[in-house]
Amino acid sequence: MTGMTISLAIWVPIAFGVAVLAVGNDRNPALGRWTALAGSILGFLACVPLWTGFDLKSAGMQFEEMAPWIARFNVNYHLGVDGISMPLILLNSFMTILVVVAHWEVITEKVSQYLAAFLVMSGLINGTFAALDAILFYVFFEAMLIPMFLIIGVWGGPNRVYAAVKFFLYTLLGSLLMLAAFIYLYWQTNGSFEILDYHKVPLGITAQVLVFLAMFMSFAVKVPMWPVHTWLPDAHVEAPTGGSVILAAITLKIGGYGFLRFNMPIAPDASHALSGFMIALSLVAVVYIGLVALAQSDMKKLIAYSSISHMGFVTLGFFLFNGDGVLGGLIQMVSHGFISAAMFLCVGVLYDRMHSRQISDYGGVANTMPVFAAFFVLFAMANSGLPATSGFIGEFMVVMGAIKVNFWYAFLAGTTLVFGAAYTLWMVKRVLYGEVANEHVAALKDVGRRELVFLVLLAVCVLALGVYPKPLADVMNPTIQQLLAHIAESKLQ
Amino acid sequence: MNTATFSLATLAPAIPEIVLLALACTLLLVDLFLAERDRHVTYWLGIVALLGVAVLAALTIGRPTAVTFQGMFVSDMMSQVLKVALLASVAITLLYSREYLEARGLLAGEFVSLSLFASLGMLVMVSANHFLTLYLGLELLALSLYALVALQRDSVVSTEAAMKYFVLGALASGMLLYGLSMLYGATGSLELNRVALALSHSQANPTLAAFGLVFVVAGLAFKLGAVPFHMWVPDVYQGAYTPATLLIGAAPKIAAFAFVMRLLAHGLGGLAADWSVMLAILAAASLAVGNLLAIAQTNLKRMLAYSTISHMGFLLLGILSGSDNGYSSAMFYVITYALMTLASFGMILLLSRAGFEAENLEDFRGLNKRSKWFAFVMLVVMFSLAGIPPAVGFLAKLAVLQAALEAGWTWLVVFAVLMSVIGAFYYLRVVKLMYMDEPVGGEPPVAGRADMRVVLSANALAVLLLGIVPAPLMDLCARAITASL
Repeated sequence: MTGMTISLAIWVPIAFGVAVLAVGNDRNPALGRWTALAGSILGFLACVPLWTGFDLKSAGMQFEEMAPWIARFNVNYHLGVDGISMPLILLNSFMTILVVVAHWEVITEKVSQYLAAFLVMSGLINGTFAALDAILFYVFFEAMLIPMFLIIGVWGGPNRVYAAVKFFLYTLLGSLLMLAAFIYLYWQTNGSFEILDYHKVPLGITAQVLVFLAMFMSFAVKVPMWPVHTWLPDAHVEAPTGGSVILAAITLKIGGYGFLRFNMPIAPDASHALSGFMIALSLVAVVYIGLVALAQSDMKKLIAYSSISHMGFVTLGFFLFNGDGVLGGLIQMVSHGFISAAMFLCVGVLYDRMHSRQISDYGGVANTMPVFAAFFVLFAMANSGLPATSGFIGEFMVVMGAIKVNFWYAFLAGTTLVFGAAYTLWMVKRVLYGEVANEHVAALKDVGRRELVFLVLLAVCVLALGVYPKPLADVMNPTIQQLLAHIAESKLQ
Repeated sequence: MNTATFSLATLAPAIPEIVLLALACTLLLVDLFLAERDRHVTYWLGIVALLGVAVLAALTIGRPTAVTFQGMFVSDMMSQVLKVALLASVAITLLYSREYLEARGLLAGEFVSLSLFASLGMLVMVSANHFLTLYLGLELLALSLYALVALQRDSVVSTEAAMKYFVLGALASGMLLYGLSMLYGATGSLELNRVALALSHSQANPTLAAFGLVFVVAGLAFKLGAVPFHMWVPDVYQGAYTPATLLIGAAPKIAAFAFVMRLLAHGLGGLAADWSVMLAILAAASLAVGNLLAIAQTNLKRMLAYSTISHMGFLLLGILSGSDNGYSSAMFYVITYALMTLASFGMILLLSRAGFEAENLEDFRGLNKRSKWFAFVMLVVMFSLAGIPPAVGFLAKLAVLQAALEAGWTWLVVFAVLMSVIGAFYYLRVVKLMYMDEPVGGEPPVAGRADMRVVLSANALAVLLLGIVPAPLMDLCARAITASL
């Protein structure tokens, strides 16, 4: 069975997605809901062998699968995971369960299509992380846009269509340029679409810079980096809660993953040459977007900007080219997956009751929803990087990595600990504390059992990763060391 | 020395054409003796004839290249494969059109027999090995289509469309003929093999040949609907009644591809350096105009017309690469494109009812509420046309792009990529209307006969599945091109 592990992780959720559509019935959505829950749990279980069977000593690809797909262009169905992609696959499958649980009483329209879109997307995202063939990667990467487009556009807020189209076109432009780079590399490698062959192919500096920029366009939009971030606040604000969770927790990570899998190893010299540029963009994201977040009056928008700022840390860490930075960036990715998901789910909990995301409509929620308030404060603390939560580890390591390179990088990055705390805690203060603001707040009911399930699960993850990140670091480290060694070698001839 | 060596065996390569001709004539006669209420007999006979000939053509696939009629006619693997594709696509067109035609009293013998004669013209085009046969096939196709568009006599728009189609088409034919005559003057032959030979041994007058080439390319661009010779496309697509539009939009593109291949890649292969630049300009202009103008359309048929123009740009991208790789990519492109066209117009036909044309974008509003399955069908087709994986449109685009990049057309590839982003917008708009908007007041659930629903579903699934399992068709195209050129 080991020969099929990754395939199962990809196709089980997709198969269940199709099944949900088949059994779905809008008048009686229960069957579809339970099928989706079963599918998401089975999908997660299908990923577990990737963790338990993972060889910690190996830096290379594991669980590889290979079959010819389009022989004429030498395109293969080639899958494999390493220390970078495996945790992300697990994270994604885990989040899918939460999304299914979170939708239960909230989505009442076109339920089966909603759930099917998430399950299909979950499988496609796993495929994106596991693909070792550029075309296969591209197919998963692009196909993912279709369910996301529908999720935002069909179940989103009032301005959903604008947001969905903006999201789609931004991403498409970036990814098509990446496709052009893939085709170029195909001819450079004498007809190979293998990503690992791309890692080895020697390229001149001009070619490297062009390839780097083409892929940068694709992944920077996904991350999103300043200044191509403007789709994200729109998409987040308009997306339903589940959409925001997957968007923030997973799809942004594909951007970060892309830099590690494509940009840096394929164009190492260009990466070094452009590292100043990348670091500058990252720092702008961290500092400027942090300030922008401070000015938001809409909770979801605030968290969206906070996501951009935190993802700035990730790209900053990567382009420091040292172990601390890259590992910190990766841990930050996983941690941000948990925290942003938790924050969006918390806002979702409030939104379901009040149908407002405006901070000014709230106040004194802690009085009526004490249990919820406890969780919200925990996640807010994690979001601002409190030690013993997962938010701290990644940010601290990136700052450590930055200080080795340049004091001012570290200084500017460090400001986020101030801004992050400022915007998150100020929001918490205005929403949770103080007098009960109005009769709507006074009538709020605390979280139910279903909501408790995902809040507790996420709280456990945030704390566990914050207290004991070693298992995750052990998985990632060999791959990171190998990657850094690879990037240190010039590809110029 | 091939004078008067006629035997039945020399007819063998042309059997599909001969059978189709015989059946079409029989059909004309049969229709004469049928009562008005038995018209559907003609219709079913027509479909059976098309499918029967398609099977006949399918059986020939893989036979070695055979030339007959003193070198005027060739049956090679490319023609064999394309014949099956275009016959099947005409048959599917007829199938989709039935309800629409019945409701408007157009399901007369004329429609069916003209379709058969158009198919015959296409078969001849695909197998032509001689300037005269090429022209003969082209005119048989074109004249049948002019008449088909004009069939809806009581509609002013249809008549206007037919008129435009005829005048501009005749102009294009004239240009083509003029170019061919110059090439005849330059090379001294009408047979494609000899023309190719004369050009490759530089026995031809280069100035005259180049002049002839310009006219030929202009004529071809007219027929394909490439910018700046595209003016007829939107008007005819919109003006003609939908089954006629579909008949013009799907199968003839396959035939036109073969036509371009025979004429440019085979006959005028020696002038590839000249025509590839011309095609590049046509392709770039088509991509730009097609995609940009499609955005502004509110009529779906007109939008699809502009989308066709942009797709012809992509097709040219494969052909202008001038390599086997490029040709087979273009062949894959045109076959899958025909499949997508069938499905998209099939949806328009499905949603049209008696006295109601579902040809405006607005008519697709809230389709997801009316039928989840057919909204999904349209979604697959739209994303495929936009080139989003996993539907087949993506792989088709990928194939032609990599061929063009191999041939060194980097700027054109980057341009095509940027234009596809713009193109994605108007396909997305259809999806948006179907899924994100409410239907306009009490729309009925989607009706339609069972046979049409099944075939349309299969058509859309084929678009999806070919994107997931593209290898067999791609390999077939590659083999066909290598065996034929």
